[in-house]
Amino acid sequence: MSITLETTSRIRSDVAADPPRSAPPTRLRRVSARRRREWGLFALLALPNLVLLAVFCYWPVIANLYLSFTSWDMVAPQPLFIGLQNYITLFTGDQFPRVLSITLVWVVVAVVANLGIGLALASLFATGTRGSGAVSMLAFSPHVLSGAAVAAVWLFIFDPRYGLSRLAFEAIGLTSPAWTTSSQWALPAVLIVSIWQSVGFAAIVYLAAMQGLPQEVQEAARLDGANPWQVFWHVKLPLLSPTTFFLLVTTIIGAFQAFDTIAMITGGGPAGATTTLSWFIYEQGFKRFNVGFSAAGSVVMFVVLMLVTWMQFRFVEKRVHY
Amino acid sequence: MKRILPRIGTGAGLVAVALVFLVPLYWLVRSSLMPNEQIVAWPPKLIPTEFTLENFARALELAPFGQFALNSVIVAGTSTLLNVAIAVCTAYAFAFLDFPFKRALFLFMLGALMVPGHVTLLVNYITISNLGLLNTYAGLILPGVANAMATFLLRQHFLGIAPEVLEAAELDGAGHLRRLWAFVLPMSRPIVITVAVTTLIGEWNGFVWPLIATNTVEMRTMPIGLMYLRSVDGFEEWGPIMAGTLLVALPMLLAFLFAQRHIVAGFAGATTLRR
Repeated sequence: MSITLETTSRIRSDVAADPPRSAPPTRLRRVSARRRREWGLFALLALPNLVLLAVFCYWPVIANLYLSFTSWDMVAPQPLFIGLQNYITLFTGDQFPRVLSITLVWVVVAVVANLGIGLALASLFATGTRGSGAVSMLAFSPHVLSGAAVAAVWLFIFDPRYGLSRLAFEAIGLTSPAWTTSSQWALPAVLIVSIWQSVGFAAIVYLAAMQGLPQEVQEAARLDGANPWQVFWHVKLPLLSPTTFFLLVTTIIGAFQAFDTIAMITGGGPAGATTTLSWFIYEQGFKRFNVGFSAAGSVVMFVVLMLVTWMQFRFVEKRVHY
Repeated sequence: MKRILPRIGTGAGLVAVALVFLVPLYWLVRSSLMPNEQIVAWPPKLIPTEFTLENFARALELAPFGQFALNSVIVAGTSTLLNVAIAVCTAYAFAFLDFPFKRALFLFMLGALMVPGHVTLLVNYITISNLGLLNTYAGLILPGVANAMATFLLRQHFLGIAPEVLEAAELDGAGHLRRLWAFVLPMSRPIVITVAVTTLIGEWNGFVWPLIATNTVEMRTMPIGLMYLRSVDGFEEWGPIMAGTLLVALPMLLAFLFAQRHIVAGFAGATTLRR
């Protein structure tokens, strides 16, 4: 609607602005002349952006696919084409399936925790109790901090000798685990940090959605005798499903690419316990210089996240719920 | 009674949530300001009895944080300026110009939103290396300058500007560039600030690309510098690490304090795209 309005008004003003020519051209020819004239200005304004996107966003996807069929150490003059060998080696080996299962655990826990805790926090903030606005901003604040800085704070907290973790565990008569150096506790440790940093975002998004819900429906349910829990489960939650779906997709995409907390806290260790797909891609490419393995890992990530995005478009078309 | 109990519950919940997020931040500030002997004392003191800046001095001694800060300011500052300039221009072109293949080119731009940044690392490293830009400011900045999300948000906003205003400007003889500079831009101040602030935060906190694209200590940005400090400090002294962490985190905490509204709107603004 707005587009048609705009076009007609622009054509009108164009007619008014231009001096009349000897033979008045047809409307169609005027428009195409105008389109050609504005092509130059478009090139000036938008082309740098589009060229940069082509070089640094689209080209990597194509070149990466090719590199995944090669063996290269970044030193040899040319990558050597080896077909599907990288994929065969990765999927039949021990390390890569483990990387994928760690990534799956990471993503599932991150999604459940961010959405579940985010929803709970938003419900708390939505009560409008005095101070809830300030607390919601406080919960959001780690989201603007560097992941490395957040990780450093938590490294100290997790220190079993001098950290707050020791204090907390001693208070209940236990000994703090050596979080970041134990292969059993390292993954939970990094997940805790990652969730602490990101959950405020989910909370704020849920809160905004809750404040936009129609009051009448909830009121009607209450008048029909529904208790607060029933209103929440049967009225609010279904109404929030588009928001839930949005957060689901963004959290999955974010969780797959989580990197700085892992780099700072464990560096993928100990013994690969926190090597997710994103760390694997970095480690193979930039520490071991197995370009082919790194590229193949990137292709796997790309395919999975494309499927997630495709799902999003399909379901959003169907409007998720109501 | 039935009314008071839930209110007490809500209040207690809010206090608990506030503590979960406040305690780590408080612990950071507290530990950066107290002498190391007190940090390793047990049980830990909640409030330091002695304040000192020696942790900051030690952190600067172990790692060149002045240089890190300079690099971060240059990279994040230039990057944000270029991001906003390029996004504003592109958004104007897509909102107000008429040209062939407009729809296809717009889809080309939107499609970039779907490419996960992490899968571009390897090839971008090779590209930047071939351009001879590894370990330079240009190499740090260039791959992140095109910003499809910012362009999209700005275009949405531009389309909402009343056409009468621009028509009147056009009748007065204002060309496209003048209309962009003198009318569209001032009328879009809030959204431009929002985009600028969120970009600045993202660039300041950027981690994996600066880690890959630089290879000398002198070229590292703040977050990578912090990781470097951690590796040279070796866990024995938490004071300097907390001091370094505060140096990295403080600018963004302050930005958040002063531009809260813009920042929350910026991060939540991404949600409008998915609806």
